[in-house]
Amino acid sequence: MIHRPALITYITAGDPDLNATLNFMLTLDKYADVIELGIPFSDPVMDGKTIQKANIRALESGTGVQNVLGIVEEFRKFSDTPVVLMSYYNPIYVRGIEKFVRDAKEAGVDGMVIADLPVEEAKAYLDVCGMYEMATIFFAAPNTPMERLKTIDEISSAFVYLVSAYGTTGIRQDVSKLAFYLIRRARKICKKPLAVGFGISKPEHVSELIKAGADGIVVGSALVEIIERYAKNATVKIENKLRELKLAMK
Amino acid sequence: MKFGEFGGQFVPEILIQPLRELQGTYRRLKDDIEFREKLDYYLKNFAGRPTPLYFAKNLTEKIGGARIYLKREDILHGGAHKINNTIGQALLADYMGKVRLIAETGAGQHGVATAMAGTLLGMKVDVYMGAEDVERQKMNVFRMKLLGAEVIPVDSGSKTLKDAINEVLRDWASSFEYTHYLIGSVVGPHPYPAMVRDFQSVIGIETKKQLLEIEGSLPDAVVACVGGGSNAIGIFHPFVGDRSVRLIGVEAGGKGMGIGQHSASLCMGRKGVMHGMLSYFLQDEDGQIAGTHSIAPGLDYPGVGPEHAWFRETERAEYTAIGDKQALKAYLELSRTEGILPALESAHALALAIELAEEMEKDEIVVVNLSGRGDKDLEIVMGALK
Repeated sequence: MIHRPALITYITAGDPDLNATLNFMLTLDKYADVIELGIPFSDPVMDGKTIQKANIRALESGTGVQNVLGIVEEFRKFSDTPVVLMSYYNPIYVRGIEKFVRDAKEAGVDGMVIADLPVEEAKAYLDVCGMYEMATIFFAAPNTPMERLKTIDEISSAFVYLVSAYGTTGIRQDVSKLAFYLIRRARKICKKPLAVGFGISKPEHVSELIKAGADGIVVGSALVEIIERYAKNATVKIENKLRELKLAMK
Repeated sequence: MKFGEFGGQFVPEILIQPLRELQGTYRRLKDDIEFREKLDYYLKNFAGRPTPLYFAKNLTEKIGGARIYLKREDILHGGAHKINNTIGQALLADYMGKVRLIAETGAGQHGVATAMAGTLLGMKVDVYMGAEDVERQKMNVFRMKLLGAEVIPVDSGSKTLKDAINEVLRDWASSFEYTHYLIGSVVGPHPYPAMVRDFQSVIGIETKKQLLEIEGSLPDAVVACVGGGSNAIGIFHPFVGDRSVRLIGVEAGGKGMGIGQHSASLCMGRKGVMHGMLSYFLQDEDGQIAGTHSIAPGLDYPGVGPEHAWFRETERAEYTAIGDKQALKAYLELSRTEGILPALESAHALALAIELAEEMEKDEIVVVNLSGRGDKDLEIVMGALK
């Protein structure tokens, strides 16, 4: 799904509303190698303030799972850039894993990443994803041991999502040393591409990480913050940001 | 470890290692003689264990049915069973070399008990509390501060207990190296539900022994209120193998059966995954967690411990709901007949026990877990009686 150096861009679906999301996706599409689309959830424990607020805005605009799938379907009329759904496990579990994955696939979703589904709990989900050829992406953290990294690599069919630091999503001043240690360890043992995310917002973050061996960079809160500020009118600012980051990849 | 399909560790990858560390330490220490001795020492001399199993003679005579016994957890230091767990976990945290405790609290009871245990062991205590709860429970906020804890208001989501838990999990994801998350109920990812159950099982172990001494028999029914479910698991667990003993959990029926009006996750919810566990939750078709209500702040939680979900599934325990009004009535009833103010949470169990005792024979026995005292609820009760 990704080739070095890849730019993966996250926004929350339905923030501030569904029409805006489609517009944003079309803007992201000009720069992004993968579009990661968040399904809003009432209790996003892995997310910092910025994305939490985006989740609330999205839920308040009435965004449900079906709407998110609808947006992807709509987007597919314009582009074949890979779309990855980012979700918490509950909306998937409650819909039924198989129904969720099948519906997502039909809507044109290429892959999924789940915030609170670690390896141990993922068996049923993996079986279903295998059945419907849904690409899987799992997180690895700075404190993930080698043996576990290997398993995470094995079950991630698209790429491994490396968490750059402890804590939650959200903009950080600098890239933590932990990110570089993790890239070094993951490079040793992982066969899949490595994308690094959490806290990345500046061009220098991007160039440092790519230089250190990351195959892709995930940018989320930095974009969501622009949306928080400019709402529907965020497209120009988003475009500026992406251009800046993309440039830093070269 | 799971309870059937329930429980598990549905957490972000970062938290897997901290949970493993906790699990490993707990497994090693739970049967360690020195640890047990320390825990027993503090339970006895700091918390006030054992608590009496009190025969509610006046109430029993008034109802005219089964003999009603009250397990007096309300007498404990802090005013509730919460301290059994906080001392245990704080000691564990100390063994792990953690110097800071973080906890969620709804009404403030668990926050207070965490502050007490943390101060006892010289630890920094930060308690997360929904901004709305901070407003509603000013006295407990002040108590926590007096006890040396810091109270951090949570402005996200619905600004109540579930959001406080979310916020503690976020804190823990960056602070686990020196911080222990001291969860207050039999909820959350494994090993919390099993560990908190073990710490609370002292309630049931004592009850069983005391009743055998007094009556020479097992109870016919044991009744406890269920929010997250820690006091209920605590008194149920030692009776699980005694098939003749009915175990009855009482959820908060609130103002009615509509969504947002109650907190009866087992009676009205459906299976889902939140706060690290697979269990029953109040939620919509998309899996968005719903709002809750109960007159008893300690029951105001949209989920329930996974072991209760398992007990319900295997029919080892029964679960039912009692509404605000009935709970309030039971609160007044116990106050006037026995001279004991029960916590509004415990009053839910009491209300059900009274109904049950009426239908039972005079030589039968009902034990109610009086999990906390009602002094904390004076403002709510005053408001409700107006």
